[in-house]
Amino acid sequence: MKGVFRRVAPQLFTLSAVIVLVSMFFPSFWQIVYVNDRLVGIPIDIVKRGAPVALLAIGMTLVIATRGIDLSVGAVMAICGASAAWSIDQGFGIWAALGIAGAAGLICGLWNGLLVAVFGIQPIVATLILMVAGRGVAQLITGGTILTFDNEAFAYLGSGTFLGVPVPAVIWVLTGIFFGLLVRRTALGLLVESIGVNLRASTLTGINSRVLLIAVYMGSGFCAALAGIIATADIRGADANNAGLWLELDAILAVVIGGNSLLGGRFSILASLLGAMIIQTINTGILLAGFPSEYNLVIKAVLVIIILVLQSPRLLPQFAVLWSRRRTSPQTKTLRAAMTEDRP
Amino acid sequence: MSIRALPLYATIAIFLLAYLICYIQFPAMLSTRVIGNLLTDNAYLGIVAVGMTVVIVSGGIDLSVGSVIAFAGVFIAVILRDTGLHPLVVFAMLLLITTAFGAAMGGMIHLLAMPPFIVTLAGMFLARGAGYMLSIDSVPIADPFYQMMQRAYFVMPGRGRLTLLGMIMIAAVILGMIVLHRTRFGTNVYALGGDATAARLMGVAVGRTTVAVYAFSGFMAGLAGIVFSVYTSAGYPLATVGVELSAIAAVVIGGTLLTGGSGYMFGTLIGVLTMGLIQTYIVFDGSLSSWWTKIAIGALLLMFILLQKGLLRLRVSQ
Repeated sequence: MKGVFRRVAPQLFTLSAVIVLVSMFFPSFWQIVYVNDRLVGIPIDIVKRGAPVALLAIGMTLVIATRGIDLSVGAVMAICGASAAWSIDQGFGIWAALGIAGAAGLICGLWNGLLVAVFGIQPIVATLILMVAGRGVAQLITGGTILTFDNEAFAYLGSGTFLGVPVPAVIWVLTGIFFGLLVRRTALGLLVESIGVNLRASTLTGINSRVLLIAVYMGSGFCAALAGIIATADIRGADANNAGLWLELDAILAVVIGGNSLLGGRFSILASLLGAMIIQTINTGILLAGFPSEYNLVIKAVLVIIILVLQSPRLLPQFAVLWSRRRTSPQTKTLRAAMTEDRP
Repeated sequence: MSIRALPLYATIAIFLLAYLICYIQFPAMLSTRVIGNLLTDNAYLGIVAVGMTVVIVSGGIDLSVGSVIAFAGVFIAVILRDTGLHPLVVFAMLLLITTAFGAAMGGMIHLLAMPPFIVTLAGMFLARGAGYMLSIDSVPIADPFYQMMQRAYFVMPGRGRLTLLGMIMIAAVILGMIVLHRTRFGTNVYALGGDATAARLMGVAVGRTTVAVYAFSGFMAGLAGIVFSVYTSAGYPLATVGVELSAIAAVVIGGTLLTGGSGYMFGTLIGVLTMGLIQTYIVFDGSLSSWWTKIAIGALLLMFILLQKGLLRLRVSQ
């Protein structure tokens, strides 16, 4: 537990700093009220609005841990949302719609996984193909229009509440816990890390890296399907052009802010989820603080650059030196005092 | 015939084959008018792809270019609207800004040892945000100099128009070919993309080369922005979203390896023209929906990547 806390401490610190910053501009940040069987408040809004990026970040963390990247998740969101809306439009009912959307996500993941693991294509290129073509496929499903539907049960997934908490927030927390337990209570997480550090050595030690890689990309596709379902249910319609547009970039950013290396290896899903919340707090905070909306991107870019500089692999050791200096033992202090006294 | 150049020959062969198929179906495709429009309509994409080729050969990636083009358009439009400066002066200011912007990103990539993907992603937000700060509306450009540039063209045989924009693109490609294939800087770029550690040990100034690579891409993105603003006669901060992906796709279709260290500038030109050809075909056909463009480009990408993979395996086995 202590190890987990130490791992996510920088992200927790960043999140608190961002929240403090937002609270300064918007003092009633923490006001949460319970009306009409639902909690209403800015923190609640943040965990709800952050759901798609948080879900994508879960799958993206695993993909990045294998030294890969998945650029297609935004397009996969659009495909899954479109197939869910299409099935409801055809009158298949909610369970069939969920099943079809989930299956679409898994198939997209399987496609990416096959290209990466079997054909040995670089992940960034392999997933670029689906990123470019995927939106075309989604438009093919919706017939180029925004497919709207009227289904209360499906809309509940996007705008309903469970015990007062918005359903999207419940979904991403549960998915996070599920994937967290899956990789940490079994050896899977370790195997994923070992693939990311050295694919060849892992294969030689007997890890079935091919199957594991495909499974990781399918996991990412499944998370994208969940995100696509939420996005579609939220607006009660499938927009093939804009659903999940550029969310892959936010998801990658969340993983990087979560302190996970793009070069693979050790990962923390919890830290990525905190990263997703940091991004959403920045997004919401900029709106709340009352800046003109045209400043949003610049402020976001500057905050991201600051966070990245602070976490830079080149600078981190120097911070560590500073940190250890502050907590030096008494002996070194006397030694240092003696040394400075000697100076003329 | 070097095996390294095989992807380039394959790209050219596929382009010619695709053009032949289009010609058989629509004989009018082989007119200088279509060719002239192909060059004009894809001028900004071609120019930005020249910068992207250099970045990708160096083993990096530049996601900021689409936003830089949009920023350039807004910057030019706002400055022309609010001041009495001559467009050429504004162009020079803009190219200075975008080149410095690219250099700053290159510097961050090198100094902070951050992945180019993330640094240029932040640059993408920053450039588009800067565009928004200048104006959130589309700003029209009504400068007489602009009208002159739009009307500048040669008439080719067959009454096709080789416009100024098309000529700028061809000049940019030639400049890119010289920079990448005929200078010491270009050789350094290939060395860096092949193996950064080996390049450093051989004495390549890795930092300086990285900064120059992204500065070059920034310059080309600025030039593409100028061309795009002439093409549309306006500056709009929401324009050219996703152009970076089209540029990357064009570079990959052109036979450049995304791992870096291998590729040809001429292939990129063919890649851009191939993508333009798909769009022209869909316009000629008239019954195909626009989303088939995306699916066709995705399929082309897949084909080229598998082809390269096969060729690479062939090279290893030799």
